[in-house]
Amino acid sequence: MIKLKETSAVAQLRLPTLTGCTLRALPPVRITSIAPYPGQMDALRAHLGGFPAPGEVVTLQGTDLVWAGRDLAFAFGADLPDGLDAFCALCDQSDGWCGFALEGAGAGALLARRLPFDLREMTAPASARSVLDHLPVLVVRRSSDRFEIWVWRSMVQSALARL
Amino acid sequence: MRLPCPCCGWRDLREFTYKGAADALHRPAPDDASGWDDHLHNRTNPAGETRDLWYHDPCGTWVCVTRDTVTHAVISGVPLEGAR
Repeated sequence: MIKLKETSAVAQLRLPTLTGCTLRALPPVRITSIAPYPGQMDALRAHLGGFPAPGEVVTLQGTDLVWAGRDLAFAFGADLPDGLDAFCALCDQSDGWCGFALEGAGAGALLARRLPFDLREMTAPASARSVLDHLPVLVVRRSSDRFEIWVWRSMVQSALARL
Repeated sequence: MRLPCPCCGWRDLREFTYKGAADALHRPAPDDASGWDDHLHNRTNPAGETRDLWYHDPCGTWVCVTRDTVTHAVISGVPLEGAR
């Protein structure tokens, strides 16, 4: 069987050169969406050891759980514990999203021009769903001058053009 | 205009889609013909406090927003879950 090589959708693109910060593509990572079934939030939280509230990033045994919408979290990285599917819908999102890291003293100022919410209210680590101009994005603030911007794979070029 | 999302806090209008007046939440009885006529075709269009439905696109929350069409004040926003 042919072994396909994993390639990020951003790998072939030329990233813009920015002033005051650097933009680089994040390597492809396994992303699983976790959406609790109705009434199962508490059971899921107990089984998993936590679940991010709106805007939160929770790290559980090396896996980042990032709030990604109403009653929805994305797990970045390692495998999730067994038996989770009794409490929630799990869906592999790895191919659907591409990430960029925006780093540097000017990163917040640059994003503030493009995102319609107040980044000062985001205290790292934190996540937010918003729009980059009109493109739906997931913004994760890792530290005061490091942001990750996750965007739908099909919209990567448009997102880059806007940065 | 900024609107309150119960999940994300106050967010810019660009992140929301207008979904109509909150009257849509109260449907007439199935056999109430004049009630349905009123519900489908007549709009109150109040000057003053009004309730309408908005969808916060990024996080997927339906919000029932109370605002004043005279002063442009946005008074409150509650999640539609349980707002009836």
